[in-house]
Amino acid sequence: MNAITTTQPLVSIEGLTIGLPFGGDRARAVDAIDLSVHRGRVLCVVGESGSGKSMTAHAIMGLVPRPLKVDGMIRYGGENLVGMPAARHRRIRGSRIGMVFQEPMAALNPVMKVGKQIEEVFRFHGVPGPHDARIVALLEQMGLPEPELLRHAYPFRLSGGQRQRVMIAMALALDPDLLIADEPTTALDVTTQKQILALLKTAQAERDMAIVLITHDFGVVAEIGDEVAVMQHGRIVERGLVSEVLGNPQHDYTRTLLAAVPRLEPNPSTKPAGAETLLSADRVTKVYASRSGFFGPRREVPAVTDATLSLARGETLGIVGESGSGKSTLARIIVRLLTADSGEVRLAGVERNLLELGHRELAPLRRRVQMVFQDPFASLNPRRTVFEIVAQGLLAHGTGRREARRRVEELLDLVALDPAVADRYPNAFSGGQRQRIGIARALALEPDLIVADEPVSALDVSIQARVLKLFSDIQHRLGIGLLFITHDLRVAAQVCDCVAVMQRGRIVEMGTSEQVLFEPRHDYTQLLIDSIPGRGMLSAHTGSRAK
Amino acid sequence: MRQLGFLVGWLVKALVVVLAITILNFLLIRLAPGDPAIVMAGEAGAADERFLAQIRSDFGLDRPLLVQLGIYLKNVLTLDLGQSYRNQRAVVDMLFERLPATLLLTGSAYLFALVFGPLLGAIAAMKARTVYDSALMVVALFFYATPIFWVGLLLILVFSVQLGWLPPFGMQSLIPVEGTLARTLDILRHLILPAVTLGLFYVAVYVRLTRASMLETATLDYVKTARAKGLPEWRVATAHILRTALLPIITFAGLQAGHLVGGAIVVETVFAWPGIGRLAFDALFQRDYNLLLGVFLLSALMVVFFNMVTDILLRVADPRIGSRA
Repeated sequence: MNAITTTQPLVSIEGLTIGLPFGGDRARAVDAIDLSVHRGRVLCVVGESGSGKSMTAHAIMGLVPRPLKVDGMIRYGGENLVGMPAARHRRIRGSRIGMVFQEPMAALNPVMKVGKQIEEVFRFHGVPGPHDARIVALLEQMGLPEPELLRHAYPFRLSGGQRQRVMIAMALALDPDLLIADEPTTALDVTTQKQILALLKTAQAERDMAIVLITHDFGVVAEIGDEVAVMQHGRIVERGLVSEVLGNPQHDYTRTLLAAVPRLEPNPSTKPAGAETLLSADRVTKVYASRSGFFGPRREVPAVTDATLSLARGETLGIVGESGSGKSTLARIIVRLLTADSGEVRLAGVERNLLELGHRELAPLRRRVQMVFQDPFASLNPRRTVFEIVAQGLLAHGTGRREARRRVEELLDLVALDPAVADRYPNAFSGGQRQRIGIARALALEPDLIVADEPVSALDVSIQARVLKLFSDIQHRLGIGLLFITHDLRVAAQVCDCVAVMQRGRIVEMGTSEQVLFEPRHDYTQLLIDSIPGRGMLSAHTGSRAK
Repeated sequence: MRQLGFLVGWLVKALVVVLAITILNFLLIRLAPGDPAIVMAGEAGAADERFLAQIRSDFGLDRPLLVQLGIYLKNVLTLDLGQSYRNQRAVVDMLFERLPATLLLTGSAYLFALVFGPLLGAIAAMKARTVYDSALMVVALFFYATPIFWVGLLLILVFSVQLGWLPPFGMQSLIPVEGTLARTLDILRHLILPAVTLGLFYVAVYVRLTRASMLETATLDYVKTARAKGLPEWRVATAHILRTALLPIITFAGLQAGHLVGGAIVVETVFAWPGIGRLAFDALFQRDYNLLLGVFLLSALMVVFFNMVTDILLRVADPRIGSRA
């Protein structure tokens, strides 16, 4: 398996070029690349957003948006897919070449039952019906529970992992030769990711199929890939066997990307000894109650149960868990964006339980606790300049305009942005830069505590690394407490002094990062650690990258 | 159980809304300047104080406002909307007499719009940024921006005055025609111009709405999935784009359906169409409170009713509405 196969490749790409419209950040999205993939192998295409990897996949599918021009050759089954008549390409698409997308939430039609969405593949590729038995069998193969019932469900009834399984079922319905998976696990929890990767691997072995897997995560590459191609600015800068590229990367860019992958490594705690307790939460509990319909029965879903934690000045506490574990709910309770049902939250210097304060009493405390949000695109008002965004809190708390201006420039400098950008609007910035603006906004009022809810999960790994470094730099300089919510244990390992692991609303384990991540006591923590993609391989090569 | 709960809950809400609207209308109309007694006395040509007092006591207008309101509400509950001050006839009778004409006009315009609006909008979206699209959008913008009465007058000028193909006003010929079929055809001939006038405005709205909604839906991930499955383009457009793009159109159509009764005042006036819009217009100038309140109540009921129909349709079209994940 480890030598590059010498037989005829299933798909070979030669000199593929995709032009961008005039005014783009470069002339070509994809610039004269050569690639090939053989039956029974997994080719991973790695790169940051905008590197052209998705565009390459779209070119194979014949789905490049119309104004863009595709040149070069994509050979498949003795034909060139580039410039192939649309009707002919359509017949290959979905039957011989299947594709799975990143966002399982968005990739299924919300108003069509999942069975029907799978059936379309059979119907429109001329497979005579009835298709019911095939659909049920497919869903079963994908490891979905009760396929007979599930096929009549609408996508919104399914979990993210289940939806991705349905997507894969759809792509595999006609046993394609090639499966293209565009970031298939990026939107999923780490345990679900592991299952989906395993599913892909099994499906591939059973069908002797080729997979082109697009990802920005070298962990995934190490987990599933046979070969890897690294893309930057539309070009392939390095390609080869996964073991070789990961073990001995030749290109600088590959090295940078590899170095940026957060590793599960002990992070020497920088927590100042004997620091005063800044925040403590005691037995915080929150239950979501809902009613179905006007007279429907009341349903109760416990979101957070008896959560107890404490955080010292200058310390970073990570709250780790999968989606639905209650970590964001807990964070929102602490900043009082949500009310708890019971429990106590105390902030240094405040006599009373934070949860019992009224809005008026809370107002002066608000500036002491600030929040950084996950989505850097949704959390900045697009109609305000950077200055207005960052200075909003200052101006609201009575700082003069001139003084606010000076302070904003200082803050932008602190988050490593050019102070001259203060008068531009958020759309002028990349995701990582926007997150810096979000951090500057949170810092503006000199808070004692910052609550960051998945602040890097929407960013590419290399940008992630820089933002994480920024967080720890600022914290050391300003000595603020940081409550860091994340689903990624590797990220937690990098920035957190202490970690609390949440599962179904409860904190199941808490301790220093080293204890929790390297000597876990709870099974669930162990499961999370085991699910980290490519753990063994990446850590084995840690030495080689440290040159 | 859930459906029943929805229905009961909805009925309670609807009752509250209708009651609130009725009370508000009653009070607002009396806040407006003008006095029906003076209008009536003026028309009778005898405006002395005794005569005015007589009129006021005949119609109960001399009683305290709240008492009047109480009496009115009690009557409404028994479907008695009172007498028209001016016509000396039961308001209910007058409304039902005029309702068919209005529903015929607005209903035809509405159907016309519902068929051609989304259809042309879909074509514009599928041919987006081509000559066809631009041409459609310019025409739609023209009918959207031009006042309805002006379009009506232009159509009369061309099709009645110049070409003499269609009658310019009324619902039937002045000389009655014999026979059911002939009479139906006569009404249809009278219907075309006002219905098209009103319909063109609606079509313009739907074309723009459908186009925008489809173009937005077309960028969504699941449309890409549909293409990646190798579905033919027509299937992608109908089953995946149009189906979800129709949701805002259903919402809008529902809102509009509620205005079928009151929405045609201008067209009914231009074409002398004997409908409710015309009736409301006249009642307004004659300070005919009861008649006006009757028209308002009827149109409120329509709005509330069609809101429910819209809610139900949306629940059918989009399974996410009304259920919890």
